[in-house]
Amino acid sequence: MAGSEVKVLGTWASPFALRVHIALGIKSVKYEWVEENLEAKSQLLLESNPINKQVPVLIHHHKPICESLAILQYIDEAWPSAPSILPSDPHHRAVARFWAAYIDHKLFTWLKGVASAEGAEGKKVALDQVREGLVVVEAAFWKCSKGRDFFSGAGIGYLDIVLGCFLGWLYVAEKRNDVKLLDEEKMPGLAAWAIKFCQHGAVKDVMPDKDELLDYANMVFQAMPKLNGQCPS
Amino acid sequence: MASGSVADQEGKVMLLGFWFSPFVKRVEWALKFKGVEYDYVEQELTNKSTLLLTSNPIHKKVPVLIHNGNPIAESLVIMEYIDETWKQNPILPQDPYERAMARFWANFIEQKVTEPARDALLSQGEQQEKKVKELKEAMEVVEGEAKAKLNDKTLFFGGENGVGYVDIVLGWTCNWMETVEEVGGFKVLDPESQPQFHKWMANFREVPFIKPTLEPTEKLVEYFRMLRQARLGLVANK
Repeated sequence: MAGSEVKVLGTWASPFALRVHIALGIKSVKYEWVEENLEAKSQLLLESNPINKQVPVLIHHHKPICESLAILQYIDEAWPSAPSILPSDPHHRAVARFWAAYIDHKLFTWLKGVASAEGAEGKKVALDQVREGLVVVEAAFWKCSKGRDFFSGAGIGYLDIVLGCFLGWLYVAEKRNDVKLLDEEKMPGLAAWAIKFCQHGAVKDVMPDKDELLDYANMVFQAMPKLNGQCPS
Repeated sequence: MASGSVADQEGKVMLLGFWFSPFVKRVEWALKFKGVEYDYVEQELTNKSTLLLTSNPIHKKVPVLIHNGNPIAESLVIMEYIDETWKQNPILPQDPYERAMARFWANFIEQKVTEPARDALLSQGEQQEKKVKELKEAMEVVEGEAKAKLNDKTLFFGGENGVGYVDIVLGWTCNWMETVEEVGGFKVLDPESQPQFHKWMANFREVPFIKPTLEPTEKLVEYFRMLRQARLGLVANK
């Protein structure tokens, strides 16, 4: 069966696993999704990713690929027919990779920081940092999209996927802290982009329901108040 | 984006760097491996040029590669750009699965070796101990991978093609790890428990386009000692 050639080990709440869902959807690749329990990791996960023991893992022809950004690029290269995930021009690819690194190393770190921040002042500083990061990405959005719907142009691509997977967790941070982060006034481009992204055919059926994510986050943070909201990568 | 002089920049390659930066060195190794001519422009850490600030306004850091007037930042991003723009002497493997493995290992090295090493260099006490422990654990993994992939015929992680992406990403250890140890006051390198890694380091240092670029350890130690003192001095004064 064609679907069993491609397996994804992930969790429904993981934004990094969501990236893989979306990318395979863009390429119309059939795959088997294996929902992992991070409290009791499967033998398959431990064998497929012995170094980090984390999701997501893509298994193709029995070979495991780990790290969501490496997986996205693998999907683009292993299934090279259109639509492409990364642009074809090397400079545009470099710009996309630069912003993916910013989103993962800066913006996501700051978003995690909101959950682990202590006290009202600490929370405010952490939230302001996320907002500043979003303002920077708003500017990048206008440069990359050149007035079109998505970072990649008319259709979704690498940067859309890399940022879009965090929309649910941004919503969680907004609700738990009673603030607006993705502000239509300060970031009109990203606000409009977010709506279109969530409605996209390759996204809408795989994106977790944001209120379910909120319930899950509330449960996790209540059970372990010191947990810093680590999302598996 | 460069203003006005884009036409002048056609085909030109410029690299903005610091002589002591392992991230800059990686990019130089990639360019030299490909035989790409470039102009190197030394920057000042405390007096950053307008060119650097406009080329990398987000991070204001080196390395920055400027090609055809377009700036590219982040050493791993630059390396992939170089590989895609100049096709001779491929740095990354051709096969998608092998490329994914190379990218996985590059990410592992950055997160688990490079960053903890830098943090250990610029910290002390409990904070430093934590980072040194992380670094030692990561080096065990690196030794494991070296044992699995390297032998008398396969000297580098690039396999039958010789030096490759993972070698260049890990290569900073060959010139800087001893410096970081000496300045930071800790030990991570151990020829007895890391024999394969030490063989790889010795081979990497002898690669003809790598060897002349290596900085004398005394020079690096002097510079990083100053950096560490400045950083710890700042922290103590807060």
